Amino acid sequence: MDFGDSPAERAVRLRLRAWLEEHNPGLPASSTDDDYWAGMAQWHRDLYDAGFFGMSWPTEIGGQGMASVYEAVVDQELASAGAPPRPSLGYLVWGILEHGSDEVKTRFLPGIVNGRDRWCQGFSEPDAGSDLASLRTRADRDGDDYVITGHKVWTSYSDEAQWCLLLARTDREVPRHKGISAFALAMDQPGVQRRPLRMINGITKEFGEVVFDGARVPAANMVGAPGEGWALAMTVVSHEREPGELGYVARYGKLVKELVARVRKEPGAFGPEQVRQLAWALVEAEMLRLHVCRRLSDRLGGISHGPEGSVDKLLMTSTEQTVGHAALAIGGTGLGGGDDTWLKAYLYSRAQSVMGGTSQIQRNLVARRILGLPVA
Amino acid sequence: MDVRLSPEQQALRDAVAGAVDRLGPRSVGDLDDAARAERLEAASSAAGWRELRAVGSDGAAPLASGVEAALVAEELGRGLADVAFIGPTLAAELRRLSGAPPAEDVETVAFVPDLSAPARAVGGVVPAAVAVDARGARRALVLVPSAEGDDLAALAPGRAEPPLDLTRAAWASERASSPEPMAAGVLGGEAMTRWTALGLALTCADLVGVMQGALSLACVYAAERRQYDAPIGSFQAVQHLLADAFVATEGSRSAALHAAWAVDSLGAPDALAAGAVAKAYTARAARDVCEAVIQVHGGIGNTWDCLAHVYLRRALLSSDLFGGVGPSLGRVLVHHGIGEG
Repeated sequence: MDFGDSPAERAVRLRLRAWLEEHNPGLPASSTDDDYWAGMAQWHRDLYDAGFFGMSWPTEIGGQGMASVYEAVVDQELASAGAPPRPSLGYLVWGILEHGSDEVKTRFLPGIVNGRDRWCQGFSEPDAGSDLASLRTRADRDGDDYVITGHKVWTSYSDEAQWCLLLARTDREVPRHKGISAFALAMDQPGVQRRPLRMINGITKEFGEVVFDGARVPAANMVGAPGEGWALAMTVVSHEREPGELGYVARYGKLVKELVARVRKEPGAFGPEQVRQLAWALVEAEMLRLHVCRRLSDRLGGISHGPEGSVDKLLMTSTEQTVGHAALAIGGTGLGGGDDTWLKAYLYSRAQSVMGGTSQIQRNLVARRILGLPVA
Repeated sequence: MDVRLSPEQQALRDAVAGAVDRLGPRSVGDLDDAARAERLEAASSAAGWRELRAVGSDGAAPLASGVEAALVAEELGRGLADVAFIGPTLAAELRRLSGAPPAEDVETVAFVPDLSAPARAVGGVVPAAVAVDARGARRALVLVPSAEGDDLAALAPGRAEPPLDLTRAAWASERASSPEPMAAGVLGGEAMTRWTALGLALTCADLVGVMQGALSLACVYAAERRQYDAPIGSFQAVQHLLADAFVATEGSRSAALHAAWAVDSLGAPDALAAGAVAKAYTARAARDVCEAVIQVHGGIGNTWDCLAHVYLRRALLSSDLFGGVGPSLGRVLVHHGIGEG
């Protein structure tokens, strides 16, 4: 049982630490303005080109085939340097990796991993949120193509993406979980209409809705077999619940570090209740870092993804929202001529208990699949 | 980095769990079964758990790391074991750090009445002090400040304290009693920091075990107890209470494991900070979890004969020992340069 570095881990840590001294872009820790995503796209490519992104993914898709624990080393160094987190797209990679044909994998994954192609995830619909299997977007076969008709919403990065990992119903005659298929759909085409959504912190570039009216996708772009879309969706959302996959430890670490610096600079400006909220943010962010070390260590014995992802999602959510409360307490609302970055960071934190499956859904999964409590 | 338990650590955990499941109390009534408690004491004594932090063959390092000691503490907490462990282990650590020879019988450590710090003599006498985890202890170690640090001394057993924790005995020394000096070297500031880190790690481990044991009790009850023609565990309101309790236990476990590893692997200030992070998180979680467990048991949970309050009481004592939520948050802030230690 060892939380410390092996010599090889230490070498990666020191190499990254030295690289960050030259290459740390001064980006905020989460999306609080519309320039953030453009900066993050460049950061993704820089991090990848320097060999610090996708380290634990297979070499065939541009990764380095290293143990998952290296991702924890990267997150820790990014956090302590106050650098932006690594891009959160591992869930798309794992979905395609575990379900796509060899041809689909080699065609699409390297571009996702190296940051040259931007992707969005077309899962949720206006009437299919937590109850995702009720989705109604249709994919109708027409020659070598499928024709897509429907409406997706809460689609992150939809206005920037060149590609969409889309769930659509290909068979309406079978039970609802069995009639869904997944596609890699090109976003730049006439049948795709993108409408940005403004989030509660005011940003418009992260969230969007997409209307598909006669959009076409070649049958060869199906990811997995016909009807395998639900299984793919479950793979994707299970990874979307893992802080170790998302790299959020670095995001929270950077936010907390900035709040600590603020209090140290002007200790007299903050009352005991404000400082106590900062203390809880420190404690929860550190707890999550250690929890990710535990989870990534478990993967040394083989990767499996069970209901424990819901535990991790709930711990991550609590951390993000505790950090959000500290941001509001220490950073303030920006009234009276201050900046409102911290207010925006706080407002952004409210989405964490909804995205990737609500906290209520996660609690249902923990209760039934881990604690074995009876079904009503 | 590989924070999985080694096969030897797994075996130690299984051995402790086996003894506790066989000989620990399974009901409130079992706590009065002296013959059972004696068998658990004999098993514990024979296994040598209390000597894990005594000096090893190289004459300086302990026989086992903080991780092994924490694994024992966790299993004893899970099983509500009514046998002394944390007190004697902390006493052994004080002896080792001060260069004193290992104890030949059971002894523990005395704390100030709110349990946040070890008891220290003032002008040669010890003000009010409480010896915790004192079952079978022949004496309680106290500190006598000197110019160089702290010297070790021993207090004789005092009157039994009212039972906060029904599984672990405590006694209070007479006010202004004079401790017996011991043949030992002086304990410097770094040694005391490291000792406090061990105390935080062991109390966190105990709390993780307590949470797990309490949660198991509640899950069994929620599956059996029926209302509205259905087990109450099938109701989402009850499921979410228990799911939150499980999540809090898992977060605590991650932080507590790190605190236990840090005791022997990080510098003293970082080991103390690791303990403080874990203690703040775990102490809050343990009270929440034990309260939820009482709630799930409904009216029964508020009766003496339900084990739920035995878990809560044990959690309250382990939380207070070395300081609970407030003092731990203070230590975390000091470590980040905010406030004064």
